[in-house]
Amino acid sequence: MRKLSSTWLNIGFQLLGVILALAFTTLILVLAGAPPLQTYGLIITGAFNSASGISNDLVVWVPLILSTAGLLITFSAGLWNIGVEGQITLGAIFTTGVLRIFLDTNVPPWLIILLGILAGMLGGALWAILVGALKTFGGVNEIFGGLGLNFVATALTLWLIFGPWQRPGVGSMSGTVPFPERLWLPQIPGLRMSIWSVVLGIAAVLVVYLLLRSTYLGLKLKAVGKNVRAAFLIGIPTSKYMMISFFGCGLLAGLAGAVQVVAVYHRLIPSISSGYGFLGLLVAMLVNYHAIWAVFIAFFYASLNIGAIQLPIVLKLDSTISGILQGMLVLFVLMVDGVRQRLLKK
Amino acid sequence: MDNNSLLLGLAGVLTAAAPILFAVLGETITERAGVINLSLNGTILLAAMAGFATAVNTNNLVLGFLAGMLVGGLVGLVVAFCSISLHQSQVAVGFVLALLCRDLSYFLGNPYMGLAGPRLSSLPIPGLEKIPYLGTLFFRQDWMTYISILLIFIIYFFIYKTRPGLMLRGIGERPSAAYSRGANVNRMRYLYTIIGGMLVGLAGPVYSLSVKAGWKGTISGLDGIGWIALSITIFGGWNPLRAAFGAYLFAFLQWLGLILQPQLPNIPSQVLQVAPFPLMILTLLFVNIGNAEWVERVLASMNEPTRRVATRLLRALRASPPASLGVPFKPD
Repeated sequence: MRKLSSTWLNIGFQLLGVILALAFTTLILVLAGAPPLQTYGLIITGAFNSASGISNDLVVWVPLILSTAGLLITFSAGLWNIGVEGQITLGAIFTTGVLRIFLDTNVPPWLIILLGILAGMLGGALWAILVGALKTFGGVNEIFGGLGLNFVATALTLWLIFGPWQRPGVGSMSGTVPFPERLWLPQIPGLRMSIWSVVLGIAAVLVVYLLLRSTYLGLKLKAVGKNVRAAFLIGIPTSKYMMISFFGCGLLAGLAGAVQVVAVYHRLIPSISSGYGFLGLLVAMLVNYHAIWAVFIAFFYASLNIGAIQLPIVLKLDSTISGILQGMLVLFVLMVDGVRQRLLKK
Repeated sequence: MDNNSLLLGLAGVLTAAAPILFAVLGETITERAGVINLSLNGTILLAAMAGFATAVNTNNLVLGFLAGMLVGGLVGLVVAFCSISLHQSQVAVGFVLALLCRDLSYFLGNPYMGLAGPRLSSLPIPGLEKIPYLGTLFFRQDWMTYISILLIFIIYFFIYKTRPGLMLRGIGERPSAAYSRGANVNRMRYLYTIIGGMLVGLAGPVYSLSVKAGWKGTISGLDGIGWIALSITIFGGWNPLRAAFGAYLFAFLQWLGLILQPQLPNIPSQVLQVAPFPLMILTLLFVNIGNAEWVERVLASMNEPTRRVATRLLRALRASPPASLGVPFKPD
């Protein structure tokens, strides 16, 4: 009975956080002179009103859930993998590289795509391991190593687009030459979405869910995350497990980058990660290690991104209002959680 | 390149470093008190937008700078409240605010995109500006640049030579010791997070009203500056003088990238602009590597003279964070 009432109390507090986040976002809208109800209405219709709206949500959802799933692994080990953006980018670069190598060969397209995706995962993992190595062998905090490597990844992308991989003639911000349709992940006719990438997203969540919930590895990662010193003292090689968690996160972030290339943009563009790494960090914070919840929260966040796209055209508002609501939600859920803990202790 | 344009270029480096200095010095104060304010990237953007909007509406530069400081102080207050009073992770709150404030700046700044606004003009110091070389370099700046240079020494003096400065170091290093000496640790952490935040906020309008005057939304070229300032704070080893060196080095490298551009036509300009980042990682590596366990083992295996040189080198580079950085304090 007591447990039940505390569960309801928790839900009540989280609801309060959501209400506060909505209230503050509405306040921002009013400050900007925008009609709040019409704005929210447009976001909802833009995200859900048509088959193409929902399929666009899923196009965003896949890379977002992939990076979120990866981040749940590093979060479990108590690590702030802010370098996830760079890991997505490196994944996209590796995939593009492999696709370019096999572009004019007789290798069957499905094999090229598969090799491209695997290369992307490898690229993301390498970039993540670099962050891990900087941390464990160089003493560089993963937040700053990761941030620096994010910028390096962006520079690398730009160099490739304007240098070795530039379009015939002159390089441009629109990216490299698009790949022919045979090197795309098959799409549903009439929609931008590929069912294969959705399958990849669901598979990734399941793997991470099982890894963290019912494996020895997951248990050890969580031990490292709860208390590094204690874990070290009971004989867990903490550096090794931190590296493993970076590796796992990098694989999935790299997969997100690969999907951006083979299923969404079909080329390398300057901002290929689309900020999904940072957005994934917000989702991972919000779901508090629960991989299954991440599926729904990530879909909600993806639909906010898609729903806000038409705001600049219809209402002359900046589409970053979706980012404001996404940030406010995490901020207020964190806050009410702090208030709840204070109240319960007293 | 002749002497005069070289001097003007270097004088420009001092100007360009001013906002980075404000941000780095502010963050240094906050982290000295034991709190990490990770929100810099968002704070600087929102403060830049707010400062520009205020200056456009009031046609008053001072109010613009104050608006930026107000924004920074408020963000600092939120960080302090969430981490000190609500015991939430400082990194989590700071990171959310970094994203949230960035989006707020783009959303609320939309009506001000591309507007013409007031701009800080230079204020040559009579007499001193006539000194050959030094006059051009130091004494034909705007007053925000003068303040930024003075602030390095003021904050250095405050931290290392005054009693409140000693207390500040105390609450970041050993809060329980400071507490038993009568310091209200958490109240002081609030105070220094807000003051540090105000300095960080000042960086915003220094960009939007001077260094990169105007507000151009996502193409203002300010996104990323806050993350750089955070790395420079670490590079600076929480010491204002070394932090200032880092800020000037960064501004110098960016200028170098700009003037080397014509010599390296094969490298796109965007690449040279980010060239300081790999260097930053390398320096962070050198600064931190002395703290790594395996380095001690390698050192132990060296012969005596080599070890002495290596140890001295590492110690000179090394910077250890305040011992209680990021650790909440609970008085019992």
